[in-house]
Amino acid sequence: MSDRVLHVENLTVDIPLATGILHAVDGVNLHVDRGETLCIVGESGCGKSLTSLALMDLLPTKATRKIEKLELGGESILGYSEREMSDVRGNKMGMIFQEPMTSLNPAFTIGNQMIETLRRHRNLSNDAASELAKRMLEKVGITAAGQRLGQYPHQLSGGLRQRVMIAMTLLCEPELIIADEPTTALDVTIQAQILLLLKELQSEFDMGLVLITHDLGVVARIATRVAVMYAGQIVEEGTAKQIFENPLHPYTRGLMRCIPVPGKTKRGTPLGSIPGMVPSLIGDFTGCRFADRCELARDVCRQSDVPLRDPNGKVQAYRCIHSIEMLAKGGVA
Amino acid sequence: MSEINGKTLESQTKSSVFRRRVFGHQGVMIGAAIVLAAVLIALSAPLIAPHDPYYQDLLNRLVPPVWDSRGSWEHILGTDHLGRDYLSRLIYGARISLLIGVGAALISGLIGTVLGVAAGYFGGRVDMVVTFMITVRLSMPVVLVALAVVAIVGGSLQVVIMVLGFLLWDRFAVVMRSSTLQIRSMDYVAAAQAVGCSTTRILTTEIMPNVVNNLIVIATLEIAHAIILEAALSFLGLGVQPPLPSWGLMVSEGKDMMLFEPWLITIPGVALFLLVLAINLLGDGARDITAPENRN
Amino acid sequence: MLYYTLKRLGLAGLVALTVSFISFGLLYISSDPAIAMAGETASDADIEAIRQLYGFDRPILVQYFDWLQRAMSGDLGKSYYFRTDVSALIAERLSTTMTLGVSAITFAIVLSVPLGVAAAIRPNSLIDRIALFLSVMGQALPSFWFALMLIVFLSVSLRLLPTSGSDTWQHFIMPTIVLGYYAAPAIMRLTRTGMLEVLSTDYIRTARAKGLRPRVVLFKHALRNAVIPVVSLTAVQFGFMLGGSIVVETIFALHGAGFLAWESITRNDLPTVQGLILVFSLFYIVLTFFADLLNAWLDPRIRIN
Repeated sequence: MSDRVLHVENLTVDIPLATGILHAVDGVNLHVDRGETLCIVGESGCGKSLTSLALMDLLPTKATRKIEKLELGGESILGYSEREMSDVRGNKMGMIFQEPMTSLNPAFTIGNQMIETLRRHRNLSNDAASELAKRMLEKVGITAAGQRLGQYPHQLSGGLRQRVMIAMTLLCEPELIIADEPTTALDVTIQAQILLLLKELQSEFDMGLVLITHDLGVVARIATRVAVMYAGQIVEEGTAKQIFENPLHPYTRGLMRCIPVPGKTKRGTPLGSIPGMVPSLIGDFTGCRFADRCELARDVCRQSDVPLRDPNGKVQAYRCIHSIEMLAKGGVA
Repeated sequence: MSEINGKTLESQTKSSVFRRRVFGHQGVMIGAAIVLAAVLIALSAPLIAPHDPYYQDLLNRLVPPVWDSRGSWEHILGTDHLGRDYLSRLIYGARISLLIGVGAALISGLIGTVLGVAAGYFGGRVDMVVTFMITVRLSMPVVLVALAVVAIVGGSLQVVIMVLGFLLWDRFAVVMRSSTLQIRSMDYVAAAQAVGCSTTRILTTEIMPNVVNNLIVIATLEIAHAIILEAALSFLGLGVQPPLPSWGLMVSEGKDMMLFEPWLITIPGVALFLLVLAINLLGDGARDITAPENRN
Repeated sequence: MLYYTLKRLGLAGLVALTVSFISFGLLYISSDPAIAMAGETASDADIEAIRQLYGFDRPILVQYFDWLQRAMSGDLGKSYYFRTDVSALIAERLSTTMTLGVSAITFAIVLSVPLGVAAAIRPNSLIDRIALFLSVMGQALPSFWFALMLIVFLSVSLRLLPTSGSDTWQHFIMPTIVLGYYAAPAIMRLTRTGMLEVLSTDYIRTARAKGLRPRVVLFKHALRNAVIPVVSLTAVQFGFMLGGSIVVETIFALHGAGFLAWESITRNDLPTVQGLILVFSLFYIVLTFFADLLNAWLDPRIRIN
């Protein structure tokens, strides 16, 4: 069995709007191995959430998905019907959402919602499913799990609900978990706990994890590999070490300047920011999407699209016309 | 480049989306056209009515409309059981319907807005009392109470307007209360309070302009509601009294002969249906167009 | 839940009391019951005698409490016209109105809930347009006129159904359609918007992400939440329908409470009118009370806490 859990080639998401077609996700390639955590980072609106929904085939009906290759555990699930996809969802791949407060159905007990997931994918009796659900709740660190099964979501705190969501997603022991900003809505102290928990469980179950976030602090703690998205495209991709120690793309470099690094950032130096705004993705767009905000932009940047390239074959790929050397020097030619 | 793009795009879409919503909204356009026509007809009734709506020509009773082989151009929509010209009565009837609709909506709108805004703005006990009043009002059967009061006081145009006005304020109060509550929680109201604006000033300059859209929508729908209720009361003989040409009364008078001369009830009924339909379309459309969630 | 029930019960009682006072005051202030009782031709002495005999000369509050006390024990006075007990009269007529009401609300629910759900699943589709069309028509159609048109077409032209009376179940078909169609648009619209709202929630996305069958997502997860506000509205509409039953029963000569209301109003039969207003209001109050309880029970966020 292959170690590659997820393989995606050329994913595109278009959303027709009154003013034109919004190219929200444009030619994204992704792969995740067993036991690996891929973090997709980017600011809001860069297409990272739509990417995750597209993988689950759960895009809003208005959005259209185009994709060349979509393999889960080495098996193509691209041509799957809605029925076949629903056999995969929650079974081989699960998803954790941003808002634990609203992601559980208020009308049913935790137990009910967990058991229905199990019984949908596994041929289990109600009692057996209930027992499994209880054990999974214990595994995610919930005390008095048996009692929790009979409770309703509104009786639980946000942190607890997110633990329940995680437990529910793990029930069928999926090969891949996609977590879309799982800690954004939580208190800072709880955030760390949940992240730690996710990391532990991931290695315990040996799953692939795609974590979507805009928080570079989170990325630093948990990522094996990082994909940086900007305006619907991946602009840089590499191991966490590569991205943090040697960011190449001007956007990634800009992002890194925005966060303080303990021991590196000197007291009193102002944190960086990236001037300008994200271009409108409605209609056709040619050239580098970051060009308008880039100090290194040349005329050629705007004339044709820039491919994602890895000139040295070192896994770290970036989407810029400039050479690694030039970018490493911060653009002083 | 991109900034300019973004901004112009945004301002363009705001006004154009609004315009498209108004003009692309078939319902609103149809509704507006019919309502406008009805208002014009009502206002110019003495000019366009071919006959006196009260003149009884007992020799020419129950003349069918012109499309019937027995009909004539003299009475395009025929005559009623007393030989009165049906078209003229229909035209004058538009006046009664609109007068009652607008009159009742004005009274109930005033009551409901005062109660609703007070409840939403002051909250606490005021809110409790108003909510209680709404509950009590909703518990009383409108048609029954209206019929009983009209029966005791005696039916007339003024009485019907008053009775409906004092009965139909509930929806105004409910909507105005929730709209005010919503606006009241906005930061700019808190800001106005913080700089020491008086309650009157906040109510007139901050609250009212922001709830007026909803007020117009409800007023439109309540006009239709009042018109349909007046017709029902008059139909039961406890609304506008003969010889006034209320459409409900016309249906009632035609009902005994409806099996032989069905047009007697079809004509005023269709007029009533169309007018109420048009006002509702206008109100629904106004809600769709002004709904904040559509103003992205 | 117990606290909620008690609080809601207290409110219902207070509303009922206020309604009883208003319905009492409304009719006693606006007319002289002694004249109504004695008849238009009675002499002043006769009227005065009746006034004293029945205590109409006492202050209104005293009369009200007297009336209330008797009303609480089920005595709503004697009908001026029918010369029998008002409570017995209303009780006798109520069964017809209830039959009509229940069948009409059933018709409305069966028509509007599936249509509302279908419209919400596929917005702007043909079925959505049909649903919208039916609801717009229903809101603009005056029920008295709709009733007459049905009579003209269904019973006179096509000779399918009896025009008036309440002898067989066929007699209830047209009244049910008219009254049900009156209540349907509001229920349909609320079902549609409620369902649309619920379908766009995060927990529906979660349910789909868990791989649940569309049927389960729709009918277990979505409908269960969308139906909560519909329950209250249905109760309210059922209450409003009783008001509408006056018109419908009068036209179809169904001898229910609505018909009785029209009869007693046109005959100035004050105690009966008063009793009917009270009974209709009480019915609405009890109905919304139980609807709220059902609502609270359906929504665990209210039930537990």
